[in-house]
Amino acid sequence: MKDEPVAKSLLVKLDSIFVRKEPLGLVLIIAPWNYPVYLTLVPLVGALAAGNCVVLKPSELSKGTEKVLAEVLPQYLDQSCFAVVLGGPQETQQLLEHKFDYVFFTGNPRVGRIVMAAAAKHLTPVTLELGGKNPCYVDDDCDPQTVANRVAWFRYFNSGQTCVAPDYVLCSPDTQERLLPALQRAITRFYGEDPRSSPSLGRIISEKHFRRLRGLLGCGRVVIGGQSDESDRYIAPTVLVDVQETEPVMQEEIFGPILPIVNVRSLDEAIDFINRREKPLALYAFSNSNQVVTQMLDRTSSGIFGGNQGFIHLILPSLPLGGVGNSGMGRYRGKFSFDTFSHHRASLLSPSGLEKLSEFYYPPYTDSRQQLIGWALGSHSCTLL
Amino acid sequence: MPMKVESPGPRCPLPAGWTPFADTLRRLREAFGSGRTRPAEFRAEQLKGLGRFLRDNKQLLQEALWQDLHKSVFEAELSELIICQNEVDLALKNLHTWMKDEPVAKSLLVKLDSIFVRKEPLGLVLIIAPWNYPVYLTLVPLVGALAAGNCVVLKPSELSKGTEKVLAEVLPQYLDQSCFAVVLGGPQETQQLLEHKFDYVFFTGNPRVGRIVMAAAAKHLTPVTLELGGKNPCYVDDDCDPQTVANRVAWFRYFNSGQTCVAPDYVLCSPDTQERLLPALQRAITRFYGEDPRSSPSLGRIISEKHFRRLRGLLGCGRVVIGGQSDESDRYIAPTVLVDVQETEPVMQEEIFGPILPIVNVRSLDEAIDFINRREKPLALYAFSNSNQVVTQMLDRTSSGIFGGNQGFIHLILPSLPLGGVGNSGMGRYRGKFSFDTFSHHRASLLSPSGLEKLSEFYYPPYTDSRQQLIGWALGSHSCTLL
Repeated sequence: MKDEPVAKSLLVKLDSIFVRKEPLGLVLIIAPWNYPVYLTLVPLVGALAAGNCVVLKPSELSKGTEKVLAEVLPQYLDQSCFAVVLGGPQETQQLLEHKFDYVFFTGNPRVGRIVMAAAAKHLTPVTLELGGKNPCYVDDDCDPQTVANRVAWFRYFNSGQTCVAPDYVLCSPDTQERLLPALQRAITRFYGEDPRSSPSLGRIISEKHFRRLRGLLGCGRVVIGGQSDESDRYIAPTVLVDVQETEPVMQEEIFGPILPIVNVRSLDEAIDFINRREKPLALYAFSNSNQVVTQMLDRTSSGIFGGNQGFIHLILPSLPLGGVGNSGMGRYRGKFSFDTFSHHRASLLSPSGLEKLSEFYYPPYTDSRQQLIGWALGSHSCTLL
Repeated sequence: MPMKVESPGPRCPLPAGWTPFADTLRRLREAFGSGRTRPAEFRAEQLKGLGRFLRDNKQLLQEALWQDLHKSVFEAELSELIICQNEVDLALKNLHTWMKDEPVAKSLLVKLDSIFVRKEPLGLVLIIAPWNYPVYLTLVPLVGALAAGNCVVLKPSELSKGTEKVLAEVLPQYLDQSCFAVVLGGPQETQQLLEHKFDYVFFTGNPRVGRIVMAAAAKHLTPVTLELGGKNPCYVDDDCDPQTVANRVAWFRYFNSGQTCVAPDYVLCSPDTQERLLPALQRAITRFYGEDPRSSPSLGRIISEKHFRRLRGLLGCGRVVIGGQSDESDRYIAPTVLVDVQETEPVMQEEIFGPILPIVNVRSLDEAIDFINRREKPLALYAFSNSNQVVTQMLDRTSSGIFGGNQGFIHLILPSLPLGGVGNSGMGRYRGKFSFDTFSHHRASLLSPSGLEKLSEFYYPPYTDSRQQLIGWALGSHSCTLL
């Protein structure tokens, strides 16, 4: 909250110059269903710390959490400055007709556009934490089991319903051959012979999403998993091969426990493949070679990047989390959240007297005074500016 | 050569979705995709080119600014050319520092990892500039966009024709034209331009058009900075030296003939203070611009006939106590002060953007603060008082893009201060490093060694109760050595 002082030049040495952090006013947080506690409360922390009043709109799909947030959470906060609003897309649209001083939205790009368009009517700034198809490049030079362990864990965590999960793998046919049994071993190790009975595997949020995912099981060829059960909204940890770019599983963000593998013949081809598509929220590269990882980092763009690692960024409060391009705008976590929900007001306080100094730049201007001012302001006179 | 837009003839069949800019934009995108703008050396060359442009064409630019706005050489230097040159120098000096990966505090759990924020260019950025500081407000954002490694499309204002010509015809010769283009035209062409996807749009102008820009950007999920405007209040306390205050208020109000987004727009003071302020304002105006301000080389002119007529209309509000003269042939409006204005009159309803200063009476600081807070958040807010407490209260109890206590908008010459609006006056900020950050993506990056699988195994399922407890303890913030 502290005023941040700012480097001063000689011309303004007697002034007090700083950046004042101010709350914006009334902010709206629209949260999704996949991490319904995290993605509601972490932004809320920033909004409250920055001194705003907050309206929370939790997802109606995660009904259990929605209930707790709506009925229990307000009892712990000052309800004159905080409210939970419930409803579906229609209610959210109505909410967005009102003017807010900030809108923080987590969800998919399609709705992100709608939110930003609504915000534009009121000149309301926004953070949009969206999604994308997060590529996971696996180099030939790697240990397949290590890679399979990491990719599987980060893919099937929360039954794949994670905006930063690896969405698909890019690797050569050779590496695919080594990766498949390793992935099977990882899945068996994590979830047992019968993943359906594992206490560590999640379920799909809704019937609509379950049916969507079940449809994707028809793409390419199932080599691991593929089982599903509508009564339980269960989808087995699945790996698909022989997928075409035009198939649905490669056209939309999967957001489920299905991992397609797409073959490329080289790092260059992988990079081209990635760069032809929208910028994703996360991008992963697995290789024993630092050079390969670095090339992937240098020649692509994404919200976040992981080399030989998945999205452990989420537990590090000092890392800004945010998308780029189609995967979003703005960022949060820790101080970044505070700054997101604040206005940084450039402030300058002069002593009220000392008019003689100001007189320096009042007209009318003689040639010599013009030259003097020019010299004083130029950046070569580094002691003055 | 810059793209001059002309309507295609009636016999010209156009492919669907074509606009006059499609080819230029595609060319720039391909250049970005080739990676040309990424190395520091390339960016430095562009910035140096920009610096040479400013130095080589100083006179040309001064003449253009005189032609467009009757800007004196002094004003041109102070508020346009020197600032741009300083911005270029600052960017050159700091380019490597700004570009560097920023390491991030690490916990024990990730001590072996390399964790940093990588700054990346966004791609193709669009800068839409206004006419009032046509060099500054085009080139200062351009410095940031180039330093950040982007390809840039510049859309200068068609109202400031002299400057537009120099920017369109001379500037590109100093930059790599495969990565930079100037596009010309009016509102219709700008709208067409905005149908295309950009990776960032930086707009300076009024709130009405700001909404249009943001709505267009929303279709492509393009982030924006909007530097807009507002009616910037200037509170003058009873406890002040009227002449000192009048000097400062007058200078900052009539600079560039009032056509400054951060100029004091109106004064709030008590009737008593108004009585002391009026003769002081007259003295300041006479001192700065002489007995006949029209013949002063230090006073600007209104940009266009349309704006001149708009401002002349405002002269009918309240009561003219100083100035009030105007001459259409010269687009001249005298430094003017109005009193007895009503809140409902046009002069208090729109951003004035001219050399007219209305005074509105309030009876107390509280009434002034209420008056201000009932209205849209302005781009700038000023408070003049001998009492620190009064200035501090004004700062604490209002909001605005920037704030000046006993001072006008000298913030503009300080590269370390972020400039940006809030609420109706805009979003985002720039200048110096803030510009670089505006035009960059900050990519949270984490590189793990490829081996060391044993450490990862810590958190793989299946989970025993004891391991769950251990993980919970390790991640909790009380275990400050670990996280």
